[in-house]
Parts: sequence; C-alpha cells; structure tokens
Amino acid sequence: MSNSGNPTVEVRIPTILRPYTGGAKLVSAQGSTLRDVIANLDANHTGLAERLLDGGALRRFINLYVNDEDVRFIGGLDLALKDGDSITILPAVAGGC
Amino acid sequence: MARFDSLADSVGHTPLIGLPKLSPSPNVRLWAKMEDRNPTGSVKDRAALSMIEAAERDGTLKPGATILEPTSGNTGISLAMISKVRGYKLICVMPENTSAERRQLLEMWGAKIISSPAAGGSNEAVRVAKELIAKNPDWVFLYQYGNQANADAHYESTGPEILEDLPTVTHFIAGLGTTGTLMGAGRYLREHKPGISIVAAEPRYGELVYGLRNIDEGFVPELYDASVITRRFSVGAEDSVKRVRELLDVEGIFAGISTGAILHAAIAIGKECVAAGVDADIAFILCDAGWKYLSTGVYHDDIDTAQERLDGQLWA
Repeated sequence: MSNSGNPTVEVRIPTILRPYTGGAKLVSAQGSTLRDVIANLDANHTGLAERLLDGGALRRFINLYVNDEDVRFIGGLDLALKDGDSITILPAVAGGC
Repeated sequence: MARFDSLADSVGHTPLIGLPKLSPSPNVRLWAKMEDRNPTGSVKDRAALSMIEAAERDGTLKPGATILEPTSGNTGISLAMISKVRGYKLICVMPENTSAERRQLLEMWGAKIISSPAAGGSNEAVRVAKELIAKNPDWVFLYQYGNQANADAHYESTGPEILEDLPTVTHFIAGLGTTGTLMGAGRYLREHKPGISIVAAEPRYGELVYGLRNIDEGFVPELYDASVITRRFSVGAEDSVKRVRELLDVEGIFAGISTGAILHAAIAIGKECVAAGVDADIAFILCDAGWKYLSTGVYHDDIDTAQERLDGQLWA
C-alpha cells in the first residue's frame, strides 16, 4: 500500500501492545517522520498512539528505535524516515548485572 | 602498583588492549578496557566496592550487617566477594533466567539467592527486592540502579584510567544496565575531553524480559541522565553472539556476551568514522570474560541454536 509517496516502514510491536494490533508482532506503516508514522499506526490500530505518547512527546517508559538506534538522540519524533526503515518499540525495563 | 593489602584493594587499574585486526582502519582504532581483570572478573567490582565503602563511611553499613541486592549476577558476585572479606552477609534477588554459573559463583562466595520470576527480568528482581527491604528494615539496600556511589566509581577510576592510557580517545562505549559505567566515566570524559562521544549499547533481550503487565511498570534507573549520552544503540542476541565469537576468532580475546553487544556498536561507530574520513580512538568496556556463559553454548553451537538458547535469558 503506497500512501502519496510517503516512506513505508516496518514496526515491531512489543507483547504488551499487541492487543492493539490484533496480536501482530510486525506491522507496516507510512509516514515521512516518526510522528507521522505513529499517527498512521493509530489510524489502523486505534488507541496505539495514546500508549506511546503523552502530550505529544514519547512516554517515559517507551523506547523507540529506528534501525536499532534510540530516536531520542537522533531527532526524536521529527526524525525523517526512509523506505524500509525498521522501527522497534520496546518498554523501558531494568537492564542486567 | 602491583601490591595490595587485600583482594578488595586490587579493584581497577585494568589494561586497555588494542584490537589491531578488528579496528576498521589504522586511523580508526578500537581499544578494549579489560574489566575481566578485576578480582571477581567483571566491571562490577568497581561499583560494588564503591557502594560498600560509601555505606561504611556514612554509617549505613555496620559490621555483620546483611546486604540485599537485586542482581542478574555480576554485581552480586562482586558484593559477595567484598562481603566475605569485610564480614557482611549478602542476599541476592536474582531472576530465574540467568546462567547456572552465576548462581554457582554466588553460592561459592557465600551469598544467599532469592529467585524472582523470569518474566519481567530484572524489573521483577528490583520489585521483589524493594518489597523485601520494606519488610526487613535492618537490612542494607545498596541498590545499584540508584546509588550515586555506583556512578562515582567510574567517575573516579574508569574514566581517568581511560584518559590516562588513551589521551586521544574520541569515543567511549559501554553497556547500559544500571547506567553507572556510562554516567560516571561518561561525565568524567566529557569534562576532560570536550567533543568526546559517549555511546550506549543496550542489550535487546527476548520478549519474555519485556513481559510487563502494564507500561507503567516500566523502569528507568534513577542514575540515568540522558544528557551524558551522545547516542544509544539496541543490540540483539544474534549480533552480540557473532561479535563475541569474532573477538575470540580474530583477536584471541575471550569475552562475555554483553561485550559482544558493545563491540557491535563500537564497530558500527568505527565504520562511520572511516566513511566520514575522520580519525578515531574508540575505547569500549569489556565487561567480563566468557567463563560464566560456557553453559549457554554460545561459543560453540551453531549460531541459530546459540541465539535461540539466549532468547529467554538475561544474557548481559
């Protein structure tokens, strides 16, 4: 599905948010920025945006990675995307050691 | 200095070893900070000693006291050794899904282990530990995720050691767990080496570990300050296992799995530097050696089997 020339990306959904995607682990979405992609996700999976954003910013316990890099350090929600980018959503959890 | 009054006094001053073959070019060089050379074999000896000494100084920790700590292994092993030397009792809350060797080592050094559920990983260990400490107020809770002495250890030792051995350092890369290493060494290096990049490599575990019941149960360590970090990468088990084997095959260095994740980020940064035509000296933390992970099969099984076996485990 192409959407007026917007990049198509794949989004990995964590277990805890799969109720919003009918159980799907991997969904595709369109958008030229992460913010657009989240809006597009929400259009197809109602309620998802509210789980990711709080007042237009990423929720504290949500981490978003584009091609395995944390978006908070590379432009945040305004990061420009390109076709085929891989987005991973993960809850922030305690690390090891 | 090579003479110390006791084992605990010998923490730190680890060598920085070049990786001539894995470095992406003669002008973009990788350097491993060999934290496996600490007394119990991991970077956590620094934080454990620092937290215990801070608690001794402020009077929280008195002779014969019982320490409780949530840990997936290395911090517990370090605390157990120092507790043995200094006469404390140690109870570790440890997720079920950690390697058998870590449990054996903890018990060898005299620690008691309370298991927390595998689902939720270290999150659950932290939750269980906080419940236990509320019921046992006479126990001492060092709490590595929020103890400033954890980061201070790296501000006072790891950071200065790296700068002293590698004055031309351009990048510092470490794992992101409690965040103590990155916060402490990162702050020191930023203050003394303007323009340095501080890069976090965060292990990406299997789904079980992210199995929260609710997003609000998420966790960000109290020590974490994002302004110290330049970039942050998430590295999965497959890339970590490939890199840890590469380190062994190419440079002869036998490291634990979390070091594979850090090396993966280090090599990615190094390749970017080559592409950009800039020189770089990239120092990264080698957290521990591979001995504790032999039972996982990651060094000899085929890569898919090795990766699958790590899927439900806290491998870093």
